[in-house]
Amino acid sequence: MKKTGNIHNEDIVISIRGLRKSFSMPVLRGIDLDLYNGENLVVLGRSGTGKSVLIKIISGLLTPDSGTVMVLGEDISKLSKKEMDELRLKIGFSFQNSALYDSMTVRENLEFPLRHHDKNLSFKSRLQLIEETLDSVGMLPSINQMPVELSGGQKKRVGIARTLIMRPKIMLYDEPTAGLDPITSVEIIELINEVQKNYKTSSIIITHDLTCAKATGDRLMMLIDGKIAAQGSFDEVFKSQNEQIKSFYDYNFVQ
Amino acid sequence: METGEQNRPQRKYLISKGIDGFFASIHHVSLFVLRFFKELFSAPVEFRETIRQCYIVGVKSLPLISITGLITGVVFTLQFRPVMVEFGAEGWIPATVAVAVIRALAPLVTSLICSGKVGSSFGAELGAMRVTDQIDAMEVSAVNPYKFLVVSRVLATTFMVPALTIYFGLLCGLGSYFQVHQADQTSFPMFISGFFEKIDFIDYASAIFRALVYGFTLGMVGCYQGYFTKQGTEGVGRAANKAVVISNFLLFIEEVLIVSGISILRSFM
Ligand SMILES: Nc1ncnc2c1ncn2[C@@H]1O[C@H](COP(=O)(O)OP(=O)(O)OP(=O)(O)O)[C@@H](O)[C@H]1O
Ligand SMILES: [Mg+2]
Repeated sequence: MKKTGNIHNEDIVISIRGLRKSFSMPVLRGIDLDLYNGENLVVLGRSGTGKSVLIKIISGLLTPDSGTVMVLGEDISKLSKKEMDELRLKIGFSFQNSALYDSMTVRENLEFPLRHHDKNLSFKSRLQLIEETLDSVGMLPSINQMPVELSGGQKKRVGIARTLIMRPKIMLYDEPTAGLDPITSVEIIELINEVQKNYKTSSIIITHDLTCAKATGDRLMMLIDGKIAAQGSFDEVFKSQNEQIKSFYDYNFVQ
Repeated sequence: METGEQNRPQRKYLISKGIDGFFASIHHVSLFVLRFFKELFSAPVEFRETIRQCYIVGVKSLPLISITGLITGVVFTLQFRPVMVEFGAEGWIPATVAVAVIRALAPLVTSLICSGKVGSSFGAELGAMRVTDQIDAMEVSAVNPYKFLVVSRVLATTFMVPALTIYFGLLCGLGSYFQVHQADQTSFPMFISGFFEKIDFIDYASAIFRALVYGFTLGMVGCYQGYFTKQGTEGVGRAANKAVVISNFLLFIEEVLIVSGISILRSFM
């Protein structure tokens, strides 16, 4: 399974330069990254290399120690809280563990951002939008279920639908296939590619699953020790003679 | 000797770190509380969620408050009776109970019950939302999680604890009436006029004021503990537990301060 026909133009949607972030230890140590309009960029790396930290910085959940982050032409460190919120509506964030609001039904989960941002939408058109979006991720039958009643893969779908309902320009996926069985993984992979096509999103996909990387990524980046060790197409990255990249590859496919 | 020398700078460091940490956490708490007042008066208002929380807080504690109130009234009267009989003052029982309940018991007992029932559930609920990224999910969908989760809950306890306090007081009175009626065949109107005889405006006002303060406190403490939960599921349990322990401690400190304040106020009147 390999992605073909990646058409992207040269518009840059996210541009990161010299990004550094430390907690008790340095995590990101100088990241440069460009995300082009319409592409799926995969960021690979082992657990704890700061992949989640990277996209949390992009969505403003964490602030960088230094470096610039430009999202849709705006330097996020210079935005007021209100401007940041406006920008956030254009960014969809699919969390590692889905992060569905577990006191609400699936419908209410999707309604939540709508109710807060599209106040003059009528009840009927709101419901229609919810049904339409749920249908596009194949979860319409579960509209009245609670998150606890859903499987991991179904939760992922609803989580993705909840962000799609605001029609984001950028999608950030944090380990979309982690903890899913191989068949469900493939379904989520297909969904990610459909979202790219149908919603015209540009995405950053964070993963350590090479199947997912190969199938969704137009371009790959390998994060090692807080730096980008290699980037390019799947074959270009794994042609590398870097020991850590080679062992990353071997472990993924030996299992 | 040698190890002692080596330990010394480290211990000094630990103590100064402890002091730093103490002031840092006070700063952290003050920011959290100040944010409440800032967000309270800024649009948009989470009206729906606030009403929902009021309902939950009120309804959740109602059965427990009812039983506790009634039993407190009965037991208190029962225990007090022998002393009053000794002084030949059975007639004063309703007034005495009223003073005890409205001046002392109602706000405190109601708040302690609510902190166990509601404060702990705030801690657990928000804690679970924190560790499963639900709070971050609100943030990235440009919904203010502090306003949606914290302001609505703290408003709910601030308004509902006084309401429950009044309810508790009434049920205490009812319990007391049952006991008095059974022993002395006192009629209901007689009991009522006795009950309210020694209670003045300051008593009512201070009971409501204390309940407001306690409700705010227990809501705030529960939300604070939950909102900043760390270390996964274990942290959720700890947040719920700390919510109760810390708010109960604060309630007693506030009780001492407010009651002293009111006594001073009374001495001027
Ligand atoms: N809020 C935080 N406070 C302190 N340390 C943090 C915080 N967030 C992340 N870290 C630290 O940063 C490092 C990278 O974390 P991150 O979650 O980005 O890893 P990851 O690459 O996403 O790993 P995984 O594949 O397991 O999700 C970890 O060592 C973690 O302990
Ligand atoms: Mg991660």
